[in-house]
Amino acid sequence: MPLDDVVFWVFAPIAIAAAVGMLVTRSVVYAALFLVVNFGCIAVMYLVLDAAFLFAVQIIVYAGAIMVLFLFVIMLLGVDRIDVRSERLWLQRPIAIVLAVGFVVEVATALRAGIGFATHAPEGFDLLQPAGNTQAVAEVLFRDYFFPFEATSILLIVAAIAAMVLAQRKVRAVTQAELGEELADGSEDEAEVEVAP
Amino acid sequence: MRTPIAYFLMLAGILFAMGTVGVLINRNALRIFMSVELQLNAVNLTLVSFARLHNDLGGQVLAFFSMVVAAAEVVVGLAIIVSIYRRRRTIDVDAAREMRW
Amino acid sequence: MVGALVPHVAGSLWLIPALPLAGATITLFAGNRLGKWAGILATVLVFASFGVSLAVVLNLLTYPGESRLALQHLFDWISVGGFRVGADLRLDTLSATMILVITGIGALIHLYSVGYMAEDPRQGRFFAYMNLFVFFMLMLVLGANYLVLYLGWEGVGLCSYLLIGFWYTVPGNAEAAKKAFITTRIGDTLMLVGLALLVFKFGTLDFEVIFGTAGSMLTKDAATVIALLLFAGAIGKSAQLPLQVWLPDAMAGPTPVSALIHAATMVTAGVYLVVRSHVLFEISGVALTVVLVVGVVTALFAATCAIAQFDIKRVLAYSTISQLGYMFIAVGMRAYGVAMFFLVAHACYKALMFLGAGSVIHGMHDEQDMRQMGGLRRAMPWTFATFTIGGLAQAGVPPLAGFFAKDALLEVANHTGREVVFVLGTIAAFLTAFYIGRMICMTFLGRARSDAADHAHESQPVMLAPLVLLAIGVVVVGILQLSPDGAVTQALEPVVGATALGAGLSVPALIGMAVAVALLSLALAWWIYGSGRVDTVAFRERLEPMATAAQRGWYVDRAYDVVIVQPAKALARLTSDVFDALVIDGAVNGIGGLVKRSASEGKLLQTGFVRTYALVLFFGAVLVLGFIGVRG
Repeated sequence: MPLDDVVFWVFAPIAIAAAVGMLVTRSVVYAALFLVVNFGCIAVMYLVLDAAFLFAVQIIVYAGAIMVLFLFVIMLLGVDRIDVRSERLWLQRPIAIVLAVGFVVEVATALRAGIGFATHAPEGFDLLQPAGNTQAVAEVLFRDYFFPFEATSILLIVAAIAAMVLAQRKVRAVTQAELGEELADGSEDEAEVEVAP
Repeated sequence: MRTPIAYFLMLAGILFAMGTVGVLINRNALRIFMSVELQLNAVNLTLVSFARLHNDLGGQVLAFFSMVVAAAEVVVGLAIIVSIYRRRRTIDVDAAREMRW
Repeated sequence: MVGALVPHVAGSLWLIPALPLAGATITLFAGNRLGKWAGILATVLVFASFGVSLAVVLNLLTYPGESRLALQHLFDWISVGGFRVGADLRLDTLSATMILVITGIGALIHLYSVGYMAEDPRQGRFFAYMNLFVFFMLMLVLGANYLVLYLGWEGVGLCSYLLIGFWYTVPGNAEAAKKAFITTRIGDTLMLVGLALLVFKFGTLDFEVIFGTAGSMLTKDAATVIALLLFAGAIGKSAQLPLQVWLPDAMAGPTPVSALIHAATMVTAGVYLVVRSHVLFEISGVALTVVLVVGVVTALFAATCAIAQFDIKRVLAYSTISQLGYMFIAVGMRAYGVAMFFLVAHACYKALMFLGAGSVIHGMHDEQDMRQMGGLRRAMPWTFATFTIGGLAQAGVPPLAGFFAKDALLEVANHTGREVVFVLGTIAAFLTAFYIGRMICMTFLGRARSDAADHAHESQPVMLAPLVLLAIGVVVVGILQLSPDGAVTQALEPVVGATALGAGLSVPALIGMAVAVALLSLALAWWIYGSGRVDTVAFRERLEPMATAAQRGWYVDRAYDVVIVQPAKALARLTSDVFDALVIDGAVNGIGGLVKRSASEGKLLQTGFVRTYALVLFFGAVLVLGFIGVRG
């Protein structure tokens, strides 16, 4: 039995199970962790598909950065405990599941009509990346997709600034009058004016 | 590699469907966001599978860009969620019902 | 018949209608400020117009018969493609006759109105309308093409409407005005169709072109259709059967209006039109017969109605209808000269009688019912004298104008072999004299039958002067035409052609018959109404129900009401209450209601739940994918 097959048939079920777990579990934190597992399995899939660079990036960026951010926010907001399960839109779940099943069926049909369930990956992939996957990807990226690369870097900067601005507590200028009020109270030595949260 | 590519694509499809169900069912904004990430990953998997099928590295590059942009998106999205929470003290999406008849 | 242009005359033709038009414009805008000066200005302008007319006509007559034609082109009115209509004026002996009548009698009536309307606060407006009427009437007869004629035609209809309903605050007057306008409209519309056919056939509306080439351009049938359509207009305007119903009601207007418009001028426009268009009628032949029949029937019909009226003005109204019928009889017999002379004579004595009636009504403090009158000859001698002269003229007593006209007409009838017309015409003459006699006796003779009659007084000189002048005119005008081949006919010959007369009863015999009929009828009327020996009330009762029927115009109005007016009103009600309210409003409101309901149902889709929207989105996506998958 070829190694690829074994790896696939081990990690694919794990991935699906993790996804199911993410949907089912009551705790938000557990959901995030299940998702991390899922990301890991997908990273392995990348490896099987001869995309070593993406395997690494997936772990570093997704599992390492994005999910950590998620967990930060979950903890910060303290929403891990509150999660009411009662569903007001009682049709939502059944229809969603039906549609999802229908979707999967459609994908299967499309695959059967398109590439068929027996097509194997062609052999010549190694020839594309004589010096390794990373080098090959780098070549394509910096040669053919240079402009999108630069644009994406600008996008990242913008996103970072946007996040800073959005998450900022609003600070407004405190007027002398308010300062004067506080001090005139006599109860404190320092003025402390309440600003908007 | 002996595994038919279609299997990878089916896996991606199943994961995408499950991600969609997550988006539709959950009320917690963070869980919805996580389901969206699941969807994005499924799509990335599709891209890489096709790259392998067609011997074209462009699929991998596109998946790479998708990841980068997804990262940026998560940053901004979480910032928004935080800012909403500060205002409304909840991240239940059903609570935001103002745009209705 | 193309006469040489008469330069001196042609240049000043425009003045004739321009003077009253100026008067109308001035009094329209400044009438209230001018007060009684409005009337004086208006009268002076019409007299001036008469002066110019007289000068122009006298000048025209200095030319030999064939070349008595003056044309003046004022400006290009319509110029579209190959169709041209100019604002052209035409003076030949036919229009000369008309303008003298219009301006002459019009001026006298204006003078009379200065006195009659002296108390009226809106008299400025009155004189504006009167001047405007004179302007339009002059345009009607001076037009050198059918379009200018039609302009005048419609204009006089408008002024008639304005003047009939002048005292619009009195209920019923506005109704009468509307009735006049709508009834004549029927004729006018048919006439317009006739004009359209003329354009279709000739490409122009010019008299010279049409009458010159009609012989070769028109088939008998085409000429019949066109002629009958034009005659329809004449039937409306001249109040012949079956469109005569408006004229008796038009008496609601002030008496000068009745005199000018509904006796002397507007109603004669129909006669003028047919005479002017005689070429078409003669090509047709059938049309002339129709004219003759309509004239005979109308003359008899109206005469029977006139006998039974109590209102003095209504007697005169039906009398006018009857006399117009006579004119159409003459036209139908191709005796155009006789018809025109009849028109002139009738204008004089009918205007005279209307003004006299106005004087009576004034003196009776606005009482018009003859049963309340009586013995007025003592209180109003001048009115009595002039009115009687006019009445005797109409009755056909020589040597007054009416005698010559009527005698000429019957002579033509007799000498062209139309025995039926001769007999019926004589019967109508008998009835005419009878109702004239009745009118004079009931009004002026006998004893006063009411307080108003007792305290009646003569009218002011400004109202009496026109009466006297018209009375003189009635006496004198007879000289113009002593026989069917008289001066008027000869003058008109270049325009209308000659009438062929055969043989019949001798002229003295005819004269004797006519005079005998007139005097007999007058004597009978005097016996019944003037001598006091007959109980008129019982006499009338013996003749019921015919008398009431005659008094009510033989219920023609009622017939129209049942057959036309009520169904039209019912249709209008159906359209407004059912169709408009239910169908149209229903559709419009229905659409509105539909939109409202679908909106109020549809808005419920906007639940506000983002998840629902996402679900629907996903549903759509799955559907589209399925579509693509199934299709290929």
